[in-house]
Amino acid sequence: MTEAPRVATTSWGRVARSASHVAEPAYLDDLGPAVRAGATPALAHGLGRSYGDVCLNDGGRLLRTGRLDRIMAADWSTGVVRAEAGLTIGGLLAVAVPRGWFVPVTPGTKFVTLGGAVANDVHGKNHHGAGTFGCHVRAIGLMRSDGAVLKIGPEARPHLFAATVGGLGLTGLIAWVEIQLQPVASSDFEVQTSRLGDLDAFFRVAGESHAWPYTVAWVDCLASGRKLGRGLFSRGRHAADGALVPHAEAARLKVPRDAPSALLGPATVRLFNAAYSRQPATGETRRVPYGKFLYPLDGITDWNKLYGGRGFFQHQSVVPMAAAPRALQALLELTSSEGQGSFLVVLKLFGPRPSPGILSFPREGATFALDLPNRGPDTLRLLGRMAEVVLEAGGRLYPAKDATMSADQFRAGFPRWREVESYRDPGISSDFWRRVTGDRP
Amino acid sequence: MTTLTPTSRGGAPAAGRTVLVLGATSAIASAFCRTRAAAGGRLVLVGRHETRLAAIAADLTARGAAEVATVTTDLGDMAEAEARFAAMIARLGPPDEVLLAYGVLGEQAAAQDSAEETRRVIDVNFTSAALWLQLAAKHLVADGRPRTLVVIGSVAGDRGRQSNYVYGAAKAGLDAFAEGLAHRLHRTNVKVVTVKPGFVDTPMTAHLDRSGPLWAKPEAIASAIDRAVASGQRIVYAPWFWRPIMTAVRFAPRAVFYKTKL
Repeated sequence: MTEAPRVATTSWGRVARSASHVAEPAYLDDLGPAVRAGATPALAHGLGRSYGDVCLNDGGRLLRTGRLDRIMAADWSTGVVRAEAGLTIGGLLAVAVPRGWFVPVTPGTKFVTLGGAVANDVHGKNHHGAGTFGCHVRAIGLMRSDGAVLKIGPEARPHLFAATVGGLGLTGLIAWVEIQLQPVASSDFEVQTSRLGDLDAFFRVAGESHAWPYTVAWVDCLASGRKLGRGLFSRGRHAADGALVPHAEAARLKVPRDAPSALLGPATVRLFNAAYSRQPATGETRRVPYGKFLYPLDGITDWNKLYGGRGFFQHQSVVPMAAAPRALQALLELTSSEGQGSFLVVLKLFGPRPSPGILSFPREGATFALDLPNRGPDTLRLLGRMAEVVLEAGGRLYPAKDATMSADQFRAGFPRWREVESYRDPGISSDFWRRVTGDRP
Repeated sequence: MTTLTPTSRGGAPAAGRTVLVLGATSAIASAFCRTRAAAGGRLVLVGRHETRLAAIAADLTARGAAEVATVTTDLGDMAEAEARFAAMIARLGPPDEVLLAYGVLGEQAAAQDSAEETRRVIDVNFTSAALWLQLAAKHLVADGRPRTLVVIGSVAGDRGRQSNYVYGAAKAGLDAFAEGLAHRLHRTNVKVVTVKPGFVDTPMTAHLDRSGPLWAKPEAIASAIDRAVASGQRIVYAPWFWRPIMTAVRFAPRAVFYKTKL
């Protein structure tokens, strides 16, 4: 097998870059030989929607999984689906929704592969009830670089399963995933949006909204003083009746090239201010298609280019509930005084349902996410100070979003990381893993 | 506890078309099959690789295909073609559509130095393909139902070019064959459609640099095939912009054309 030339690859944030030998296995029988072949470590790469370097492998090999998008078996009477790792959540919804089934958990984009959803144990607006994606995984097909092909699950090899869910693709090539879908009566959501005057209001409304399966808040990261933490709270549920219509395939808009990075900040804040002032204290219930509620940015192809050629970072963290009010206040004070946040802060309360993965990011508490355009050292300094606030509160940073945390910060947030290291496939590694564990190739 | 089998389905499929797919493991064919599966079609998948055909069959079943059969055979092998073709269409009955999708890009540089490689590229892409089309035409003209033979050609067949003329010549030959067949079947129920894709992002082209605006996804080609079958248009470029591009390539004067590296 001839080694492919190195291809420059970047992730969604467009800051982290690497050069890797890229292969694109088209069938599962290609995947085993692909992970075994080669002197350098391999790493699966789905759609590259993680923001930093968990999906990159500089100097090694990337196995792109996009062609492995077949459904292997589906029982539409029970909602159990087994599919190759490269099938996207959007691709699955297109087939499942007309049959009355929905993914149990989805992140804020449908352009995520099932393999990536497992490897990063993704969460969504329904975490407070449904937990993470991994809570709904029944089985995983894992191909190891020694040639072993394993079927793992909560009962079959449970430790390897726990290391694989949220395990950043390091325990073997995830070949397929079997999940339990949730039944839905309609493809629409019923959504209520209400105004939040300050951070206290967020905690109050989130606490009152537990009966709503999907909740999220957007907060103005530039507001300060008495307005600190003002925002919009959105809650939704699957409509109880109606048509079962999948999302439209085509994106409506496309960002053709890098935008001047100054464009996004003031523009989004103005849009937000307009929406905020129009919003009554508690809104009426509206009915919207799921794509509009769950995937508002998917209609804009390559929206990451709006941040300009230098790319952007995302800070996403979670802090335990007891420390959350103070920590969130401190994070908002940092972003508003620095004036660097270009987008809105996303806040959400995570629920108590434990994640099955050893390295899973979500835990009970409050999560805070913010995009920051890359302005060099100032941005890195701000990210560092935010990380300090989070760790001091006993929280942690989300590897799938991270490009900057130190090895110490990683180990403090994920004290059980060595267990995953012990299950790591010796033929697999990533830029992220080398960065936070100090394992140089 | 649910036991998963690839064949369990809920809901009643819409009455769909019966499609014979020659070269079902190709990315374009797979994408096209999904459009037919979603409409409750019945598919016979023919290819060399049994486990891959089975993987595609399971996928199409989950996506709503009413019935999927697989036939493992090397379409480039022309021995006993008559009997083998009869066996293919015996699986689910006479197809409404035949999609001829297999092919091999070959290596131009290798073909230039090797009669064997030249012959392989021509035999697979032209000789065997012509033979299966002939058999399909023979089996399908008998009744009055509308039926379509879809041939995946290539823009490479529009003009011989130094970089790719063995493959291009085979596809050009197939073009002429399909045109003649269309002429012959003009007054029958069988239409012949040639779809000419340009650069398509598939495993066949994985070794090429696929950045740039001319590259299309297999799904886009599948949609073009679907539209071509519906309209019965004789020759379809996919995506459409290859028609003006290839018109320019075809009519470029030699004095200019030979200076290019095309």
